[in-house]
Amino acid sequence: MSDDVASLSANQMDALREIGNVGAGNSATALSQIINRRIDMNVPRVSIVPLGDVPDLVGGPDVMVVGVFLRVYGKAPSNILFLLPRDSAFYLVDMLMGKKRGETQKLDFMDESALMEIGNILSGAYLNALFNFTNISLLPTIPALAMDMAGAILSVVLIQLGQMGDHALVIETEFNTDDEGIKGHFFLVPDPGSLETILSAVGVE
Amino acid sequence: MPELVKVGMADAKVGTAPATLISYGLGSCIGISLYDPQTKVGGLLHIMLPDSTQSRANENRAKFADTGIPDMLNEVLKLGASKSRLVAKIAGGAQMFAFANATDIMRVGQRNAQAAKEVLASLGIPIIGEDTGGSYGRTVSIDLSSGVYKVKTIDKGEKEI
Repeated sequence: MSDDVASLSANQMDALREIGNVGAGNSATALSQIINRRIDMNVPRVSIVPLGDVPDLVGGPDVMVVGVFLRVYGKAPSNILFLLPRDSAFYLVDMLMGKKRGETQKLDFMDESALMEIGNILSGAYLNALFNFTNISLLPTIPALAMDMAGAILSVVLIQLGQMGDHALVIETEFNTDDEGIKGHFFLVPDPGSLETILSAVGVE
Repeated sequence: MPELVKVGMADAKVGTAPATLISYGLGSCIGISLYDPQTKVGGLLHIMLPDSTQSRANENRAKFADTGIPDMLNEVLKLGASKSRLVAKIAGGAQMFAFANATDIMRVGQRNAQAAKEVLASLGIPIIGEDTGGSYGRTVSIDLSSGVYKVKTIDKGEKEI
């Protein structure tokens, strides 16, 4: 197999899981403060999956989701995708815009802008934690948003990986608000070359 | 209920009527179908990238237009399709996120569509239906009983090409 990600040791996977843990923990705290709700977060999954199977992590390629995408620049270029099932995204907009639950039925320009800002804040929190942990400074681009099928949105990231290999390394965390109204998936997908940089920064080569 | 065959990302399936071949949630990828209306043999290919020679990982030939299309052609010929009767349809190739400074990789949908057309032209297979571009996802399917190629979207409804 030509993929470098297909041959990670248990130690390396643990290190990546820990990175996901501090990053997502910081993001969850940020989100919790914005919407003033308790957020539960699962232990991050670090998975190496065939590219075509990645959409199954969020329920399948034809599930309707809102995706906020950020490209990350620095010593370990990566992609960040924050995916919310459509109903979760609508509920989050209700909260952000001070509307009643269920009021948002489609996204207008302001709603999209609010969700992109959430993506921005979560990514910033994630990357800050990652910096504290690894000393690798990473900067996200301005976020972009799309509401569509999960497969279509994920393909943006998967195609980039497809040039280098047939597997994706995804560090993924699932968020849940305490009332179960909002579920979200936060993906950090390092570029193939970035993995070494991250692993050596935490001393697991 | 006729058989519904799922075609994954970077994957191809061939078959005969009454099967329907379907691929879910295409973004910048392209769903390319080949169909022989007489023998009702056809195939559906879901490519991710235009050109295998530009890639470091090209073992999976169905990932690329330049290798995936000729491979699918061989498979449908084996099932009894005649090359002179084959027709192609293509859909997909969207750009899902709009960036001010879209890099090459962001425009990969457009390049995928271009590559698919060039490869089909070089093989002498006419394209009789096309729905490419835009900024939205598509679920595509071809019914091998009729050759009808359906494109489903979330906001733009469903159409046949």
